[in-house]
Amino acid sequence: MQEVMVKRASELMKDGTVSRVLGWKNGEFVYDPTPAVFESAEALSAFVYNDFCASNLSKYLIALSKKNGKTLVFLKPCDSYSFNQLLTEHRIDREKIYIIGLECSGKVDEAKLREAGCEGILSVKTEGEDIVVDTLYGEKTLPKADCLGERCITCKSRKVVAFDEMIGENGEVNSECGRFDQVAALEAMTPDERYEFWRGELSRCIRCNACRNICPACSCENCVFDNPKSGISQKAAADTFEENMFHIIRAFHVAGRCTDCGECSRVCPQQIPLHLLNRKFIKDMNECYGEYQAGAEAGSRAPLVNYTLDDCEPSVVYEREASK
Amino acid sequence: MQINNEFKPKIVAFCCNWCSYAGADLAGTNRANYPADVKIIRVPCSCRVNPMFILRAFQRGADGVILCGCHPGDCHYTTGNYYARRRMTMLFSMLSYLGIEKERTRVEWVSAAEGAKFAATMNEFVETITNLGENKRLEDLRCKK
Repeated sequence: MQEVMVKRASELMKDGTVSRVLGWKNGEFVYDPTPAVFESAEALSAFVYNDFCASNLSKYLIALSKKNGKTLVFLKPCDSYSFNQLLTEHRIDREKIYIIGLECSGKVDEAKLREAGCEGILSVKTEGEDIVVDTLYGEKTLPKADCLGERCITCKSRKVVAFDEMIGENGEVNSECGRFDQVAALEAMTPDERYEFWRGELSRCIRCNACRNICPACSCENCVFDNPKSGISQKAAADTFEENMFHIIRAFHVAGRCTDCGECSRVCPQQIPLHLLNRKFIKDMNECYGEYQAGAEAGSRAPLVNYTLDDCEPSVVYEREASK
Repeated sequence: MQINNEFKPKIVAFCCNWCSYAGADLAGTNRANYPADVKIIRVPCSCRVNPMFILRAFQRGADGVILCGCHPGDCHYTTGNYYARRRMTMLFSMLSYLGIEKERTRVEWVSAAEGAKFAATMNEFVETITNLGENKRLEDLRCKK
């Protein structure tokens, strides 16, 4: 796939359609490719695309669409939802972006490869249902389904929703993905159990802000958490309250705009399941205000910037609890 | 000397300027009783209340937070309370999801003519919070004296 992508990118660059390419290059290790901008056809020799290229490129387009000339970008299905969401919020100039949609069968989580005993990873290749991992100590074949990241296991959609052309086949929305199962399991617990669960998770937070910085929905130029007067800017949480507050507010600020791309959980160095907070909001909004998928179409109105005259009252939260 | 250990909750009530604040005023002029534990904060509209305000109130020592606004349909700014209703539903649901007692937060619609309802709501809310006890799950130890 990488060769096809580089070939098409250099064609578009040479005929002057685009003046730069946003893609991935190798990071420090083979399993952490980093987003990169390529300004010339020659520079594309450093372009990589493999099963580790998980990062969502849509957020970088905010800055790139302010530059002169068109930018070519490769978007996986989940990235295209974020792209549409940013278009809805007028953060990206669609005219300045040329999108090549990518067929995606899920991205590999390096931590899972380690669990399966792969050390010194050199490369990884999809072969049908399996992946072949080449390591310093020889090759290993693993079933791909066991090595996918959390968000890919419960993949909501393989459909690229915004593209100018596709590489590979466009997939389908999977409404039976079961992405709310974990949320439902938590809801079924008693409040005390839930409190214990979240204390255990959130107390690991080191406030590195990686979840905020990676999030395509968190694209404010001035973030509330960078306000020195907020009392919690640029420092580790000193108290359980701050841990709770940071995570509640972070999830609330993206509520209705979160496309559930799962980047926050992927980048968290402490493995906090942040997607469970985002999915809770998505699940609640689906239940209370009708099914809504942020980014499914550009220009749609999110539930929290909308209303109907006969919305449920906030007390519905207590009634739902009581009915369990 | 005797030490008084009786628990008196701190309640923060966000009241919209046009309905609930006037409702609280009416409760006063009608001499309806409600506990002095309720501290009223006047806001221009119920949708002025950012979720952060509610968390901040808990941080600074509130044991319960109640938001009062005009009845849906009666908003001075036409639609403010419709947005507040959705926001607060989502926030309360999230607080409950994190295991924080759901009884500590409430939304009540009180019009300017409902002085008696204001007093009754506050009496009931203060009683609920008194029975629940101190806010431990959303407290900030640094803010405790």
